[in-house]
Amino acid sequence: MSDKYLSIENVSKTFGHGRKAHEVLHDISLEVRRREFISLIGHSGCGKSTLLNVVAGLTPASEGAVILDNREVFQPGPDRAVVFQNHSLLPWLTVYQNVRLAVDKVFRHAKSAAERHDWTLHNLQLVHMQDALEKRPGEISGGMKQRVGIARAIAMSPKVLLLDEPFGALDALTRARLQDQVMQIHAALGNTVLMITHDVEEAVLLSDRIVMLTNGPSARIGSILDVPLSRPRARLDLAADPTYIGCRAAVLDFLHRRTRFVEAA
Amino acid sequence: MNSSTRELVTTLSAITHHAQQPDADVRSDSAANDPNPPPGVWHVIVGRLNEAVRVVVPPLVTLAVLIGIWQLATSAPGSSLPSPTTVVSETWELIVDPFYDHGGVDKGLFWHLLASLKRVAVGYSLAACAGVGIGVLVGHSVWAMRALDPLFQVLRTIPPLAWLPLSLAAFRNGHPAAIFVIFITAIWPIIINTAVGIRNIPQDYRNVARVLSFNGPEYLSHIMLPAAAPYIFTGMRIGIGLSWLAIVAAEMLIGGVGIGFFVWDSWNSSRISDIILALVYVGIVGFCLDRAIALLGRLVTRGTASG
Repeated sequence: MSDKYLSIENVSKTFGHGRKAHEVLHDISLEVRRREFISLIGHSGCGKSTLLNVVAGLTPASEGAVILDNREVFQPGPDRAVVFQNHSLLPWLTVYQNVRLAVDKVFRHAKSAAERHDWTLHNLQLVHMQDALEKRPGEISGGMKQRVGIARAIAMSPKVLLLDEPFGALDALTRARLQDQVMQIHAALGNTVLMITHDVEEAVLLSDRIVMLTNGPSARIGSILDVPLSRPRARLDLAADPTYIGCRAAVLDFLHRRTRFVEAA
Repeated sequence: MNSSTRELVTTLSAITHHAQQPDADVRSDSAANDPNPPPGVWHVIVGRLNEAVRVVVPPLVTLAVLIGIWQLATSAPGSSLPSPTTVVSETWELIVDPFYDHGGVDKGLFWHLLASLKRVAVGYSLAACAGVGIGVLVGHSVWAMRALDPLFQVLRTIPPLAWLPLSLAAFRNGHPAAIFVIFITAIWPIIINTAVGIRNIPQDYRNVARVLSFNGPEYLSHIMLPAAAPYIFTGMRIGIGLSWLAIVAAEMLIGGVGIGFFVWDSWNSSRISDIILALVYVGIVGFCLDRAIALLGRLVTRGTASG
């Protein structure tokens, strides 16, 4: 595990105090390499989102630490851009303005106004939203909103891109298209990505490694699966690929049979 | 929260109303860009006329019926109130020439209304600025809310006119005293609605602001004010209505030029017809003020409620 970039070290999270204390995450440790694509998978309510929020800095860890690029994470910041589950675009701003707001904040000193304008357009082109710049979030579909959310996140040039079930609320076709776009962006920009999902195919298709969490309370890492598929990956070719099928079976097996294995052990 | 239920209900209706806006815009845009104007324009005109008829005719019919009843009820000789025809004939000079100025307080209705509107404009503007400011503080800080909210809940129940003697004692002059009464009347709904709007900012927007590491002023201008704008304008709309209610009453007591004083002066000179005419004007101006703030709110909060 050389060249660790993001490391989650013995993170536990307990909500509440005393008798009402409720431990959600127990002693989670994970090392992520630069440019790696990691999926977190587990049953609903197992604490995946809490773990992502700890990495984002939105929720402080009760114990342990998150270290990114040799610096400990204490608070949220644009170096860990989050794509939220429900897109979280600001409805009073246009598509362009939503991305520009983030670009202006992050690159206020580093880029001139013209450069920030070009950078905003460039990122919206990456998600193929250049034709809806003046639309407001209320006027575009759910998939388009999520694409703008992704554009806003990658426009911050984050060290780690955090995706919180980004495609959970979308229909299957839209989801497939967005997965392909995320793969293209990942190939082009080489982002380090941490993605939450509960879709097994999505996890296998996109990830270099799949981190499987046991059921809460006190969720911990049950197993980590390497996905040794070469990139670029083509959705249709993979359907019959034995490695792909093997990985999918391993994740399904974990989710359906072994989620309680820590308690049993 | 009980206290702001009414405001919230108004907000909800404002939001649903607002949500229909984009459709209306799209329709007018497509009409403007129509490549074949003659049939398009004709249809639009007929459509607009139809709509106008549906909107304008029912209230006109109601008005005619009410005036008819009023005419019947007051046409007997010795009636204590004048009939509509008497009102029109007795106030004809005031109706046709609202701009005369014979010096002192003997002026046309336009000047009285203008004086009242000036007082409202000053008092209400102060109330809007201070109200939004205090509302942001109360909505954002739990401690400010705990410290101030109980006070506000008591103070806001004091009737506007009850402040007037105190205000006169403090300012020793009718004009600033009246402005203070407007201020103190309009500020409560603005504070309370702004605070509710700030407290209701969705966690998602707060998270966006935290990920972007917004500082205080950035958070205020990019997240808080736009997110709370529909609530703020609901408060401002209630505030302008209350201001107009209060100014007429306050002017009855402080004298000088103003529509409230005009009503009181007419009563003292037993010119009942003048009072009725003044009330019509007061109602129309109040209606226009309410609509003006509502329109301003719709323009400013474009897009905020949808999505």
